[in-house]
Amino acid sequence: MAQYLILIYETEDSYAQVTPEMWQQMAEAHGRFMEQVKEKGSRIISSEALQPTTTATSIRGDIVTDGPFVETKEALGGYYLIEANDLDHALDIAKLCPAPYGGVEVRPIMDVSAGM
Amino acid sequence: MTGVDEADVRRAVADAHRREWAFVLAATVRVTGDLDVAEECVQDAYVTALDSWLHRGIPERPGAWLTTTARNRALDLLRRDRTLRTKLPLLVEPTGTDNGGLGYDGMGDDGVGGVLGEGNGVIPDDRLRLVFTCCHPALAREAQVALTLRLLCGLSTGEIAGAFLVTESTMAARVTRAKKKITAARIAYRVPGAAELPDRLDAVLTVVHLLYTTGHTAPAGGTLVRHDLIERAFDLARMLRALMPDEREAAGLLALMLLTDARRGTRTGPDGRLALLAEQDRTGWDRAAIVEGSDLVLVSLRGGRPGRFALQAAIAALHAQAPSYQETDWPQILGLYGELLRVWPSPVVALNRAVALCMVSGPAAALAEVEVLGADPRLAGYRYLPATRADLLRQLGRDAEAVAAYRVALDLCDNETEREFLSARIAELSS
Repeated sequence: MAQYLILIYETEDSYAQVTPEMWQQMAEAHGRFMEQVKEKGSRIISSEALQPTTTATSIRGDIVTDGPFVETKEALGGYYLIEANDLDHALDIAKLCPAPYGGVEVRPIMDVSAGM
Repeated sequence: MTGVDEADVRRAVADAHRREWAFVLAATVRVTGDLDVAEECVQDAYVTALDSWLHRGIPERPGAWLTTTARNRALDLLRRDRTLRTKLPLLVEPTGTDNGGLGYDGMGDDGVGGVLGEGNGVIPDDRLRLVFTCCHPALAREAQVALTLRLLCGLSTGEIAGAFLVTESTMAARVTRAKKKITAARIAYRVPGAAELPDRLDAVLTVVHLLYTTGHTAPAGGTLVRHDLIERAFDLARMLRALMPDEREAAGLLALMLLTDARRGTRTGPDGRLALLAEQDRTGWDRAAIVEGSDLVLVSLRGGRPGRFALQAAIAALHAQAPSYQETDWPQILGLYGELLRVWPSPVVALNRAVALCMVSGPAAALAEVEVLGADPRLAGYRYLPATRADLLRQLGRDAEAVAAYRVALDLCDNETEREFLSARIAELSS
């Protein structure tokens, strides 16, 4: 089994206007996704949601600044680290990951022991 | 010496390169689990063949000889070089687990399922695995095209770069990056299962069709390269048709290419100028290709809703079978374009439909459709939109507007033959 990181990129503005009901729906969607991962014969190694980029602090060299490195419309908002047989398996799972205000990116985890 | 002519050997090796490269490489990848190492071993096998066949004679089955030689070389390398074994291997799934019961893998009874190796068992035909790996949707289209020409057709990086008018180093970087992604992201070496197959097959057919159209309407560049691309595209289309006899879209693609290519010789007049479909000398069309293409159209339309390649081929067949432009079955072509627009909602298809509409309902009705399409941002910069608009305006006698539209088309066009055609129209209307 290889590991893949599913990165969730969404527009943060959309989340500023989310109602409590919508938060509830979102939580349920992620709960459903976690069930589906198991049904697909995979496993979530870890997953977290991030505070918005307005809370980010950047360091370059030894200069500390407020905010993210790059201002973009879509920002990283959370991730799932999963196990999968191959890319097709990972994509099959990632397609189910909720990201109503953007999309996801799938990145293979480097296997350091294989020298890649 | 056994009296084998050196020229004969060279011809036999070149022939085997053209016919067997994909099979030999696909079978060797299974042993190496690595595309680069497999390519090296196959290259070696072809070089060895030049010498060996000269001294021992040309084998009865050159493909089997080359495959066995390449695979033995691969086994040898793996035994000697431990670092090769620790490299991240390509995911080669065992035969029978990944074909979704489609029966494409292993030994088909149509004679394309596998090849008897030199002296030992049957070597399974892995060409479909190779083509689906090269055209995986996780790879960019330009990388899919480059890998297909390199791994399926055995073209050198320099040859591929020449065909697509980029530098050799650009093309080399593109190929290397794509191969790295296949390994690092673990794109499996397999034929997709039944659920994914329609989409995945469409990507493969799109790549082959792109090779064909690039050869057919080269934006620039030498004639030789163009013909070579067309031939390679036909090799691939015929291979897919043979390996997937039940896939109607594979039949549709081959039909579309045959029916388009049947007209190749008449697309330019003796003076090298572009000849429109209406002006082409229909006696110069390749009848054998039209017959073969038309038969394949029937196959591709049979059973269930036809796909986009089958529908395009059906339209091309109606054109090819018509005695003249005027006597073409335009109402049926219009109906087929409507059907095509449903399965493939592309503004380019809608533009072609407008041309058919002109023949059925007149230029005014067609112009109304074209004006609507003119607002579609996806067609911005598409030279055939102003060219079509200009032609409809010309037919309606609105010469000044037609000239203006031809000028827009001319500004967007790089192809010399087409530029001459547009300039001639402008001169004609301005006089």
